[in-house]
Amino acid sequence: MIWALSLPIFIPFVTGIAAFLMRSSDAGKWVSVGGAVASLAASIFLMAMVLAEGHVTGQLGTWVAPFGITLVADLLAAVMVLITAITGLAVAIYALGEVSERLERLGYHALYHFLLAGVCGAFLTGDLFNLYVWFEVMLIASFGLLVLGGSREQIDGGIKYVALNLVSTIMFLAGIGLIYGMTGTLNMADLSGAIAEVENQGLVTVVAMMFMVAFGVKAAMFPLFFWLPASYHTPLFSVSAVFAGLLTKVGVYALMRMFTLIFTGDVGFTHEVLLWASALTMLTGVLGAAAQTDFRKILSFHIISQIGYMTLGLAIFTPLGIMGGVFYLVHHIIVKANLFLIAGLGGRLAGGTDLNRIGGLYKSSPMLGALFIIPAFSLAGFPPLSGFWAKYLIVKASLEIEAWFIAFIALLVGLLTVFSMTKIWAEAFWKPHPDKVEPHFGRVTKPVLWASLTPIIGLAVLTIIIGLGPQPFVEFAERAAEQLLDPSAYVEAVLGASEDATGDAAEEAQ
Amino acid sequence: MEPVLAIVVGVLMTASVYLMLSGNMLRFLFGLILISNAANLVIFTGGRLTPGAPALIPTGADSPPGEVANALPQALVLTAIVIGFGLLAFALVLVFRAYQSLGTLEADDMRVAEPEEDRK
Amino acid sequence: MKSIILMTAARLLLVLMLVFSIFMLLRGHNEPGGGFIGGLIGATAFIVQAVAAGAAEARRVLRVSPEALAMVGLGIALASGLFAGVVFDPPFTGQWHWVGGDSYETAAFSLNTVLVFDVGVYLVVLGSVLSLALSLEEEV
Repeated sequence: MIWALSLPIFIPFVTGIAAFLMRSSDAGKWVSVGGAVASLAASIFLMAMVLAEGHVTGQLGTWVAPFGITLVADLLAAVMVLITAITGLAVAIYALGEVSERLERLGYHALYHFLLAGVCGAFLTGDLFNLYVWFEVMLIASFGLLVLGGSREQIDGGIKYVALNLVSTIMFLAGIGLIYGMTGTLNMADLSGAIAEVENQGLVTVVAMMFMVAFGVKAAMFPLFFWLPASYHTPLFSVSAVFAGLLTKVGVYALMRMFTLIFTGDVGFTHEVLLWASALTMLTGVLGAAAQTDFRKILSFHIISQIGYMTLGLAIFTPLGIMGGVFYLVHHIIVKANLFLIAGLGGRLAGGTDLNRIGGLYKSSPMLGALFIIPAFSLAGFPPLSGFWAKYLIVKASLEIEAWFIAFIALLVGLLTVFSMTKIWAEAFWKPHPDKVEPHFGRVTKPVLWASLTPIIGLAVLTIIIGLGPQPFVEFAERAAEQLLDPSAYVEAVLGASEDATGDAAEEAQ
Repeated sequence: MEPVLAIVVGVLMTASVYLMLSGNMLRFLFGLILISNAANLVIFTGGRLTPGAPALIPTGADSPPGEVANALPQALVLTAIVIGFGLLAFALVLVFRAYQSLGTLEADDMRVAEPEEDRK
Repeated sequence: MKSIILMTAARLLLVLMLVFSIFMLLRGHNEPGGGFIGGLIGATAFIVQAVAAGAAEARRVLRVSPEALAMVGLGIALASGLFAGVVFDPPFTGQWHWVGGDSYETAAFSLNTVLVFDVGVYLVVLGSVLSLALSLEEEV
């Protein structure tokens, strides 16, 4: 049990170390890809176990829950780990064609895999303080990746990213201190029951808001998102793809976990705040994107607006809403990472990502154009792509609770997303290149081209599969939402399972 | 003791917010040091304070004599200090690099990644 | 600034502080000390060297790159946790082998994964602190 849970964390660590020690030879990058494949296998195995059993739990080092470090996977955590491994593999392959030897020497692959380990750890942990530790692992690795190479732009973006994220983790830490002072436990399953027994429920709400701000910064919610558009367009394309796909989603995941499992005492207040913050997140994000003229900056602002949909699903707090949120989360990771990868390849073919200075991509490489259309339309929510179903669920959920205005905003934002995507299409793909340069696949070598195209095609195929056959995915999201809304099974899986562990420990002691 | 520490946390917090909002990255770093210490103190106080009573169990007994503070938050603070130390060291190097390559520490002047739009 | 007194003393200090750092590492087993504090003291030894004779000299004395040192340390710490899998325990369960006895009271000393983990932490701290400190020293 515990090994199935810890392998998705350990494999990236081992891979990162091995890749670092081989960084000066060609073996490093292949170790990186091999490790990503192994991670994928481990996470598929975990997913199969969770599908069969509902919850998989385990304790590190035989310390019994709620005292030791618990690892626990429910459907949401398992699917997040799986999707992390898929994105991780896609970007690892893409990196073969992008990361220069110089950056490899500086330890790109090691940082990349430590980032993945941190992300998986954050998804799988069942302990609040451990969650903080994984956040830090993730942060340190992402700091390194963001400024790797050290161009002026990267340093400038990095400063803003580092500053705001550090403040958010300190907020998180203080919240942990207060919650421990109130309840005397940090095990999430244990907290789920203990928090209701706290006399001063007002204080609980205060702490809940501290967590909301801390995770809101991570998730780039309104009005805490300023670090994201300042930094995401500066690093390598593979780095910004994995950041765009995964990092903000860890914040959303943490919000989902905390505000379904622990902070459900004052839903009328906390989730109402979340609801309006989500609406504003959607709106500001998409409006910000409309003002940009850089491929990656537009996409960065769209991350923000899409984050709004996911937290909206959580804020609605009905089975349908949460279900939509979970579905959106999974769909968005695939689509967003893919768009950044396409931006990278397109940028390299056309010589930049500033939309005023590039063009002609469709004429010379229609295949890339077709590949762009799939995630772009999915992002905007065109049927029959995955984004349509995700948006459909969220809008339907908001109509069900009669939040007409919110539903209107959600639809409007979808429309404005189409506007941005057509802008990219018209500028980068349709209009002739201003410098009369013919961007075509011949401008990069064959191996580089295939290293870039393989993950793009793979992720696009995934998007189409989810779009054309959404039924199993929607059913899965439904089950995940049921688990989230009824935490008793989660609590029982963590605390009940620990009784067996107590037995084992007692036997060993004798 | 708790009220005193609560006031200390408040003062640290105020000072750090003042420093962080001043717009200079070096001051921001100092603010960060103060705010992370404020957070550590919060955790420390969260475990209750019992001056002069170490959380030790005498040989033969199975619980400590009398009231003792919870030792777990102190362990958490230790971890948080270690992690905070690493992050601060990194932030210091980054700010120094920024000063070298951007030539300024004023956050308002850092516009390389987000250049101001040309007004046409 | 080069000071002949500091440069001479730094060589002596280097040895003394390294020995002391290892003492702290081993002592941390049952008393205050441990891998983190030992690693910091060890890093200070090389930083003194860097202050006295320059970062290049400190790197020469260290022989391996500090980043590699940190990575090897991380690997050792991880391996000590994964070792529990060999005897089918959950990861990071401490494995103890008593030498000259069968418990804490009777044994002369013990071989255990906890100490190995601490050695890993020692190297991680030594490596990462040095990599930051030396890069600062080189640029100032």
